[in-house]
Amino acid sequence: MSKDMTIHLKYWKQAGPDVPGYFEEYTLDTVNEHMSFLEMLDVLNEELQLQGKEPVEFDYDCREGICGSCNLVINGQAHGPKSEVACCQLHMRNYKDGDKITIEPPRAAAFPIIKDLVVDRSAFDRIIEVGGYVSVKTGSAQEANALPVEKEKSDEAFEYAACIGCGACVAACPNASASLFTGAKLAHLNKFPQGEVERSNRAVAMVDQMKEEGFGDCSNFAECEAVCPKGISISAIAEMRRDYMKALVS
Amino acid sequence: MKLDSKAPEGPLEEKWRKHKKEMKLVAPNNKRKYEVIVVGTGLAGGAAAASMAELGYNVKSFCIQDSARRAHSIAAQGGINAAKNYPNDGDSIWRLFYDTIKGGDYRSREANVYRLAEVANEIIDQAVAQGVPFAREYGGLLANRSFGGAQVSRTFYARGQTGQQLLLGAYQAMMRQVNEGGIEYHPRHEMLDVVIIDGQARGIITRDLVSGELKRWEADAVVLATGGYGNVFYLSTNAKNSNVTAAWRAHKKGALFANPCYVQVHPTCIPVSGDYQSKLTLMSESLRNDGRVWVPRKKGDDRHPNDIPDDERFYYLEEKYPSFGNLVPRDVASRNAKIVCDEGLGVGPTGLSVYLDFRDVIKRDGKETVAAKYGNLFDMYENIAGENPYEQPMRIYPAVHYTMGGLWVDYNLMTNIPGLFATGEANFSDHGANRLGASALMQGLSDGYFVLPATIGNYLADVKPGTRYGTDHNAFIEAEKAAQEQIDKLLNINGKRTIVDFHRTLGKIVWDNIGIARNKEGLEKAIKEIQELREEFWTNVYVPGEKNNYNKYLEFAGRVADFFELAELMAKDALEREESCGCHLREEYQSEEGEAIRNDEDFSYVAAWEFKGVNGQLQEELHKENLEFEFVELKQRSYK
Repeated sequence: MSKDMTIHLKYWKQAGPDVPGYFEEYTLDTVNEHMSFLEMLDVLNEELQLQGKEPVEFDYDCREGICGSCNLVINGQAHGPKSEVACCQLHMRNYKDGDKITIEPPRAAAFPIIKDLVVDRSAFDRIIEVGGYVSVKTGSAQEANALPVEKEKSDEAFEYAACIGCGACVAACPNASASLFTGAKLAHLNKFPQGEVERSNRAVAMVDQMKEEGFGDCSNFAECEAVCPKGISISAIAEMRRDYMKALVS
Repeated sequence: MKLDSKAPEGPLEEKWRKHKKEMKLVAPNNKRKYEVIVVGTGLAGGAAAASMAELGYNVKSFCIQDSARRAHSIAAQGGINAAKNYPNDGDSIWRLFYDTIKGGDYRSREANVYRLAEVANEIIDQAVAQGVPFAREYGGLLANRSFGGAQVSRTFYARGQTGQQLLLGAYQAMMRQVNEGGIEYHPRHEMLDVVIIDGQARGIITRDLVSGELKRWEADAVVLATGGYGNVFYLSTNAKNSNVTAAWRAHKKGALFANPCYVQVHPTCIPVSGDYQSKLTLMSESLRNDGRVWVPRKKGDDRHPNDIPDDERFYYLEEKYPSFGNLVPRDVASRNAKIVCDEGLGVGPTGLSVYLDFRDVIKRDGKETVAAKYGNLFDMYENIAGENPYEQPMRIYPAVHYTMGGLWVDYNLMTNIPGLFATGEANFSDHGANRLGASALMQGLSDGYFVLPATIGNYLADVKPGTRYGTDHNAFIEAEKAAQEQIDKLLNINGKRTIVDFHRTLGKIVWDNIGIARNKEGLEKAIKEIQELREEFWTNVYVPGEKNNYNKYLEFAGRVADFFELAELMAKDALEREESCGCHLREEYQSEEGEAIRNDEDFSYVAAWEFKGVNGQLQEELHKENLEFEFVELKQRSYK
C-alpha cells in the first residue's frame, strides 16, 4: 500500500454572492495517491465537520467526468494539471508529498458565486434555450436510416457533441468568453443535414444570447481548448464566427 | 387492495395499438388548461417534459442538479437497444421482447415488455432526427453492436457516451420548450413531498437548494422521473446526488413500492481501492464483446498476468457457458465473479477483482481498431487505476448499478395514487428481476417520449380542466410543515457522527446482506442492524450549516434518512421472496452449480408494499400482483 501524503490546501470561502470571499487554509496529512481530487475534498470536509467547522461547498455529481458538474480551478488551472480530464477524475497520484494546492471557483461575471466554490452556470442553459437544438417534435421523425450521414461528418459531430457544459472554457479565458461552449453546440448540429435548416438562425440567436449573458468575446487565446476536459477544438469558434458574419450580411 | 395492471386484452402485438385507439384524448384547446409537474430531467423526465409541452400541456420541470443536462442518465455508456434488424441477423420485436422477459427471469409483465420492444424503433428515429451522433458505417447508415444477454446485434451507440448523447437530445428538446413557454424550468430544486387532495396527486413541496426556501406547487398530475435507489449501498456506480427521496416520500404518502430487492450488480466496474472511495466507476459492458474474463487457475498465483500462460488461465465464463461465453447476462457474470473470488482465485491487492483481457482482440484487430471502439473507456480506466489496459488486462469487480424495483405502476405508468405517475428507473415496470444491457436508455425514452405523453391524457380527460384548490389548501400547509419539521430535526441533533459515516456503514450492511447473494439469516441480521443504526442516526448524526442557505450536507442528511427506511424494506422483500430469480439470489434456492432456482408456483408475482408507519420498525403490508404468462413459456434460464 502507498504511503499517506501531506497536502497543504488553500481554498475559497464565500458565504453568498453579495459578500466578500477569502481564502482558508488547511493541511491534510492522510492523502492517498489513489484518491480522486474530489475524494480528497470529501476527506477535508469530514475532518472539518468533526471539528465542528463548516465544510467547503463544491459542485459534483457523477464523478466520472461526464456530467460536467465539477469545475474547480486548481492552482490557477481549470480542472487542474492533467489534460483532457475533469477534476473529478484527477487523481492525487499527480501530486507529491508536501505540495501546496490552491482551489478557486471559476471566475466570470456570467457565473455568479452561490457559495464557496459553487457557481451559477444557468447562463449556459439560456444559450441552449434560444437555439441549441434541431426543432423536431416527438413523433415527427422519419425512419432513421432514410437519411445517411457520412461517417466522417458524424464522427466529427461527435467530437463537438462531447461537450459536458462544465464551463472550464469560460474559467480559462481572459475574456471569460463562452465561445467554445457555444461554438461546440453549433458545430455539432451543423455537421448533420437535419441541423442545416436552422443553421444561420441558430448561430445568431446563440451568439447574441452569449453576449446578453455577459460573456466576453473571443480573442483567440485558445486557453479554452487547452483546458477543455473533452479536448474540443477551437475550430468550432472559427466556424461560429463565419456563420454569424454570414447571417448578418445575407 | 386489488392491484389492476390495466394491461389491455387481446393479442400481444395488438395491445398497445388497441389501447392507443381506446384511450380518451384531451382536445388541443383544453390541454393548455392542465398543469403537469415532472420531477427529474433524465431520459424519462426530460423526454416526457419536452413531449408533453409539445402537445400543449403546461409543464413544470424540476431537478436537483444545476442544469437538466446533468441528470444521471448522462453517465450511461454502452448503448440503446432496438429491433431495427439493420444487420439482418434475425432480430424482430418479438425477439427483443422475448430476450427482455427471459433476461428479467420472468418477473415482468408481458404487455409492458412487448410495448417497450415495439416503441424502441421510434426512439432511434427520434434521436437521429434530433442530431444524436450515433456510430455509423462507412456507407453512412447506423452501426450496431451486440451486448450481454442477446445473440443478435441490436445495440445503437455513440462511442462509450450513448447516455450523454441521448440525454443531450432530450435536454435540448426540453430547452426548446422552455423557450417556447411550454415548460417552466426549476433546476436546483428538490422534491420533499407529494401533496394529495381527495385521493389524487395535486402537487409537490420542493426545497430551493440555493436559498433553502420551501415552496408549494399545484398541478393536475405529478410525474416522478427521479431515477433509482442504488445509492442505498453508499458505493455504487450512481452519481453522488442520485437518491430515493422523491419516490420514498411518495411511498410514505401511499404509493406502493414494488420489488425493492431487485438490484442489479454490474459485472464490469473498477474495483474498490480504499475507505475514502466515494463511488464506483463502471466500465461499459460492451467491453465484454471483445474482452475475455479470467482468473488464474492456481490460488495465490502472483505472477504478472501477462506471464500466466493460457492453460493456466481459468476463462470461467467461456468454460461454464459455451454458447454465451463472456456475453452472459449481468447477473450471471456478477455472481460468477463473486464465486471465483470467494474461492480465493481473485486478483489484485484485495483479491476482490478478476481480469478483463484485451490481448487477443488487439492481436486480431489491431490497437487502432480497439481504440476506436473503446478508447475513452481505456483512458478512463488508466486514469483511475493507473494501469494501461492496452498492455495488461483490466481488473474489474461487480458493483451496484441499477435498481429494477421502484414505484408500482399500471400499464399507463400510473401508481396506485390517481394522478401520480412514475417513469424510467423510478418505476418497477419492465425489467423484472434483471435488466439487460442497453435496455435502461430504451425504457427511459420509451416512457418519456411515447408512453406517458399518451397515457397521461387518458387520466387528465377525466379531471375537470382548471380545477384548482390553491396552495393554501390544508394538504399543502401540512406537507410543507412536515418537511420543515424534518429539516429542523436533522439540524438540531448535533451529534458526533457525520452523515457520510452513517451512510457508509449502512451501505456495508446492505452490500454484505442484500447484495449479490442473500440468505435468511443474513437478511434477518441486516434488518436488526439497520434498525439499530437508524435509531443512532436520529440521535447522533451531525448535520452542519444552516437551512436557509446552500447546504449540500443537509440535502444528504434527508436522503440518507430515507435510505435507512428503504434498506429495511429491501431486506423484508428479499426475505419474503423465498426463491432465486434474476439478480435476487437466495443461497437456499440454487442448484449445485450455483444457478438460480425460481419457484413459479409460489412467487410469480410482483411484490408491492404499502407503507404503514415506522417506529423503531418499518411497518409495511404486502400486496401481490400475479403475473400471468399467456405468450411465453416459463423456462429455467440457461445461457450454457
